[in-house]
Amino acid sequence: MSGGMLKQGIASGRLEPGQYARNFSDLHPALDRHEAFVEADRCYFCFDAPCMNACPTEIDIPMFIREISTDNPLGAAETIFEQNILGGMCARVCPTEQLCEDACVRMEAEGKPVKIGQLQRYATDIAMEENAQFFTRAPATGKTIAVVGAGPSGLAAAHRLAVHGHDVVVYDARPKAGGLNEYGIASYKTPDGFAQAEVDYVTSIGGIEIELGQALGRELSLDGLLERHDAVFLGVGLGGVNALRAEGETDGSHGLADAVDFIAELRQSDDLSKLPIGRRVVVIGGGMTAIDAAVQSKLLGAEEVTICYRRGQEHMNASSFEQDLAASKGVTIRHWLQPKRVLSENGKVTGIELEYTELKDGRLSGMGHTLTLPADQVFKAIGQTLEDETAAGLALTAGRIETDAEGRTSRPGVWAGGDCVAAGDDLTVTAVAQGRDAAESINRYLAGN
Amino acid sequence: MADIRNNFVGIRSPNPFWLASAPPTDKAYNVERAFKAGWGGVVWKTLGEEGPPVVNVNGPRYGAIWGADRRLLGFNNIELITDRDLQKNLQEIKQVKKNWPDRAVVVSLMVPLAEESWKSILAVVEETEADGVELNFGCPHGMSERGMGAAVGQVPEYIEMIVRWCKAHTRMPVITKLTPNVTDVRRPARAAKSGGTDAVSLINTINSITGVDLDNFAPMPTIDGKGTHGGYCGPAAKPIALHMVADIARDPETYGLPISGIGGVTTWRDAAEFMALGAGNVQVCTAAMVYGFKIVEEMISGLQNWMDEKGHATLEDFTGRATRNVTDWQFLNLNYITKAHIDQDKCISCGRCHIACEDTSHQAITKEKDGKRHFEVMDDECVGCNLCVNVCPVEDCITMIQLEPGMLDERTKKVVEPTYANWTTHPNNPMRKSVEPAE
Repeated sequence: MSGGMLKQGIASGRLEPGQYARNFSDLHPALDRHEAFVEADRCYFCFDAPCMNACPTEIDIPMFIREISTDNPLGAAETIFEQNILGGMCARVCPTEQLCEDACVRMEAEGKPVKIGQLQRYATDIAMEENAQFFTRAPATGKTIAVVGAGPSGLAAAHRLAVHGHDVVVYDARPKAGGLNEYGIASYKTPDGFAQAEVDYVTSIGGIEIELGQALGRELSLDGLLERHDAVFLGVGLGGVNALRAEGETDGSHGLADAVDFIAELRQSDDLSKLPIGRRVVVIGGGMTAIDAAVQSKLLGAEEVTICYRRGQEHMNASSFEQDLAASKGVTIRHWLQPKRVLSENGKVTGIELEYTELKDGRLSGMGHTLTLPADQVFKAIGQTLEDETAAGLALTAGRIETDAEGRTSRPGVWAGGDCVAAGDDLTVTAVAQGRDAAESINRYLAGN
Repeated sequence: MADIRNNFVGIRSPNPFWLASAPPTDKAYNVERAFKAGWGGVVWKTLGEEGPPVVNVNGPRYGAIWGADRRLLGFNNIELITDRDLQKNLQEIKQVKKNWPDRAVVVSLMVPLAEESWKSILAVVEETEADGVELNFGCPHGMSERGMGAAVGQVPEYIEMIVRWCKAHTRMPVITKLTPNVTDVRRPARAAKSGGTDAVSLINTINSITGVDLDNFAPMPTIDGKGTHGGYCGPAAKPIALHMVADIARDPETYGLPISGIGGVTTWRDAAEFMALGAGNVQVCTAAMVYGFKIVEEMISGLQNWMDEKGHATLEDFTGRATRNVTDWQFLNLNYITKAHIDQDKCISCGRCHIACEDTSHQAITKEKDGKRHFEVMDDECVGCNLCVNVCPVEDCITMIQLEPGMLDERTKKVVEPTYANWTTHPNNPMRKSVEPAE
């Protein structure tokens, strides 16, 4: 064990210098050619394949696996990218165990699905390494479309619009494009600058201009965008973070932070040994963000990391794979605990008081008994919200932008997709599907004009 | 425990598994290892006549095709007969036979088409105390260009003549190895019998090109940019071999002629199938070359357990039992009607049965039920062809169920007849022997 592990409070350099690279290397090393062939041979090439139907972007999975097995990885990549231009990232971050791989008939046969995600990565990696391009732009239409948000839905929309010959300007509030792919996903899922490489690959089709540091409600307004462009696609994500509604939350104590900010800071860090982390960390939440924050806290050298979720395991949004991953890294997951009070001394977090909960008549309620966990750092990961200014004037459903089946918002000429819309499940792959389909809808709309 | 001792034309071995004349039996080192592993016998790799031995190519001599997970399904070679000195081979054969008196040691031979050549080689082989000889009339490459091997095996008159010479010049049993590279294998078999052979062994390898190298447009295996046909064998060759064994076993002219079965034998089950069709024992090469000699343990154990389960005390109890059931198409019972049935508990819903039937056959398998993915056979469309059974990845998930006499075939709307009726008497047959009563 490294001596740095025992540093009190929030401190950097808890690990031996070489350990950081090992901890944050690729979670699933890429399949080599032999491994890909062995795995591809397991695919049965099903009729009307269940895996394909379970994919939000409906990639023809049996076809791309057959293409891999016949040593045609570029053909496989084309099959993937035709449906999902961010197939490289989705291969890394999709909860495949809940989607395609859960539907694989080999689950029924022997409980071991074909490793579809890994095979998808094999094919897309080869195509991106060779910079193989599969799309050519239709003749220029002279139309211009604003895409707000350079995350998965925005990039997918921009690419499909560019394919149809439109010119696209992608605006993003952050200093780098990529959205959650760049700022919101655990480092070990997408190391080595993959998110930026993918942005470059997607935009290399041409006709896509990216303007960074441009936020809706700040530099941009919807009215202004509609004046300058023929249509607008909003893929703005969720910029706000839900509050704990616990005592002491607003005291400004050092050590209480949003998990999404921690994840973003970690992703942008070029020296993880300088990134401080608590000796004891508590993460409040039950989704992928909670897992990503907790696991990375542990990988940075935190001695004790505990996820506290206010409901039972069966209610957690994090997939069972993610929960197992966290457990394997030494994270403790505790259920039926809700935050009651953030404890601090001298302006620094010292712990968190939690109340046991139960379901009464289907409603969650506190049981009165409490538990106190010592902590130097508490991360909030209880969900994100749409920032009001990003959706000004649009109809909302349950706090998110309301859209129809094609992604049209309540305002003519404005489409939306990804996490900011009410429909969907907050997955990267769903955001891609929504961006792509909204682009098709915009294309039909513009053709009719 | 079943008794699997084998007596093939008087040659005794502890089990019916022999290694065929091929690289695994080219020298004492390999054969000793094979016997230690448990093989019942070997046919020593083919000896040529005295003099400078043949030479082999120095590049690839094997080619293959593969199934899923790169399992070898078919194999080919362009290797010639032994390229070792004749005297060295003879000394080793003699020593090995002395070391392993209970195992069968048969020597494969190939010399030019001259009586004196055969007479002299037989004399020196006899001195080794080997149990018998096998005449290599099958090698399809290289040697055939020099007028030997398959070049002889394709001319029944030559076969008869050489077998006659051999029977005249040796006391040893003579096994005649046949080539499959003929249109009707019964003719060389009949010729061998006429010449007095004690047995035939088949098949030797099949003329083949395993693939084409698309980078330099050369057949595989490739030697300096060129290739030549090789001899094909392995699991993919088994159906061809089974057919040829059955054809000889049921030919009235060769009926009862002992057969050593060869061609893709990989497991105990393959061996049992060859023997059921009339082979007295089997010879193995490819499986040993792919997996090593140890596989014989599985073959022995599997054969014994199957025999015990079925109550076959000795090999003779089941040898040839399937021969009588090989018939001509015209004699197949047209009143035997089956329908495919999918076991829904075993079905994994891959849908391959559906798409195979829908795209390429009889549109007899549904793809959904009550709006859900569901695969079921429609008896009113199913012709009982068995395609779905063959494409299903789950064993025994789809089975063919016979309609009992008296049941209605929903496809033809006819009641299944209890009688046997074949094409020879079918009303649609213009050559029918008698007209069936009108229905």
